[in-house]
Amino acid sequence: MRTINVKDITETVAQLCKDAAYYLPKDVYEALKKGRQTEESPVGCVVLDQIIKNAEIARDEDRPYCQDTGMTIVFVEVGQDVHLEGGDLEEAINAGVAKGYVEGYLRKSVVAEPLFNRKNTQNNTPAIIYTKIVPGDKVKIDVELKGFGSENKSDVAMLVPADGVEGVKKAVMEIIEHAGPNPCPPMVVGIGIGGTMDKAAYMSKVALLRPLEERNAMPEYAKLEEELLEMINKTGVGPQLGGTTTALAVNIEWGPTHIAGLPVAVTICCHACRHAEKVL
Amino acid sequence: MAEAKTIRITTPFTEEVSRTLKAGDSVLITGKIYSARDAAHKVMTEALARGEKLPIDWHDKMVYYLGPTPAKPGDPIGSAGPTTSGRMDAYTPTMLDQGIKGMIGKGSRSKEVVDSMKKNGVTYFAAVGGAAALIAKSIKAYKVLAYEDLGPEALAELTVEDFPAIVVIDSEGNNFYEIGEKPYRKL
Repeated sequence: MRTINVKDITETVAQLCKDAAYYLPKDVYEALKKGRQTEESPVGCVVLDQIIKNAEIARDEDRPYCQDTGMTIVFVEVGQDVHLEGGDLEEAINAGVAKGYVEGYLRKSVVAEPLFNRKNTQNNTPAIIYTKIVPGDKVKIDVELKGFGSENKSDVAMLVPADGVEGVKKAVMEIIEHAGPNPCPPMVVGIGIGGTMDKAAYMSKVALLRPLEERNAMPEYAKLEEELLEMINKTGVGPQLGGTTTALAVNIEWGPTHIAGLPVAVTICCHACRHAEKVL
Repeated sequence: MAEAKTIRITTPFTEEVSRTLKAGDSVLITGKIYSARDAAHKVMTEALARGEKLPIDWHDKMVYYLGPTPAKPGDPIGSAGPTTSGRMDAYTPTMLDQGIKGMIGKGSRSKEVVDSMKKNGVTYFAAVGGAAALIAKSIKAYKVLAYEDLGPEALAELTVEDFPAIVVIDSEGNNFYEIGEKPYRKL
């Protein structure tokens, strides 16, 4: 049994929030540069140049890459041989989010209640927290900052088994076409297939954490990722003002589902596909 | 497609200047622009409905759909890229009737907004979504004018120098999102 004080979790989450806001993951940066090389639209090239320059300024000067520093999604994997002491895990995570957003000059974008009052909580809490108990004596924390320009364009399609692969492609493309230039492309598309409606949505968020150059381990899904990426890059949307670099990657996660169903969830992420990870 | 030409614009931004701009033009804006987004638009249109006066006279002004990050010590503003304009569509025709001649944001607009733009001679510009640290370099001062309680959503005056933007919908309703996409659409 290993003991970890939740204070270490607070400090780690605070640092990860800042790191994710300032430093675009290297794989995303490289994908943007690759997109710039192949972009066919002159205006698209101008936009990509600005986006790449923006990543460099944010990184070199410790500034938020985007003013929408997102709603904070925290994925925690707690080893079952870990004893957490010193307080409540969720409180410790939220204390870390508050610390990171205040200290890091990040924007506080969370309202306490969605419909009637919409009062800002002033520290970006509460985070969306997904906790998983896993074997081992480590705690792994992944922090994803999810901007809402793109979140507002995300969607779920509850297909039926007869819809098959073609149905999945059609559903995904409808969501992408409907989004158009609004979610700040070049985008990263996270897709969850299977499970229940909520599980599919969860998987579509997890999919965004996978390195962009890494394809799904199952060849059929890897092929579907590639085909969808090609289709999305033929919409003409490009990097916001037309072009060939509409998406940087399509990442699919899948899971078992019911005999009657084929849930498909699509999380659209803007080019600010921001996440940071640490193992304690 | 030919390289877009770059046009320098200084504020105030009049209808006369607005009507010379064409979809696809690149511009650099210098002068004063005014930030307002969801909550400020709601408050302003509600005030107008009650017959009240707005905190500023919007004639010949440009609105920037923005909610910046807090400024670090010594900086005028934090990161400051555009937010999605479409969320302001419900309020926009009312606001354009107040004399606004330029809007800066990102993403598509409704037909009602485009009709009101044509009527009022208004230009809609896009700044690059997500280029917030870069765009902040062109903002020299940030002063909250009203609705301070709205935090990043407050109504503020920004002093800008060579703020980079692209005309996406001009005062005749030509839409560069459509024009720009067409040659690359292969589906």
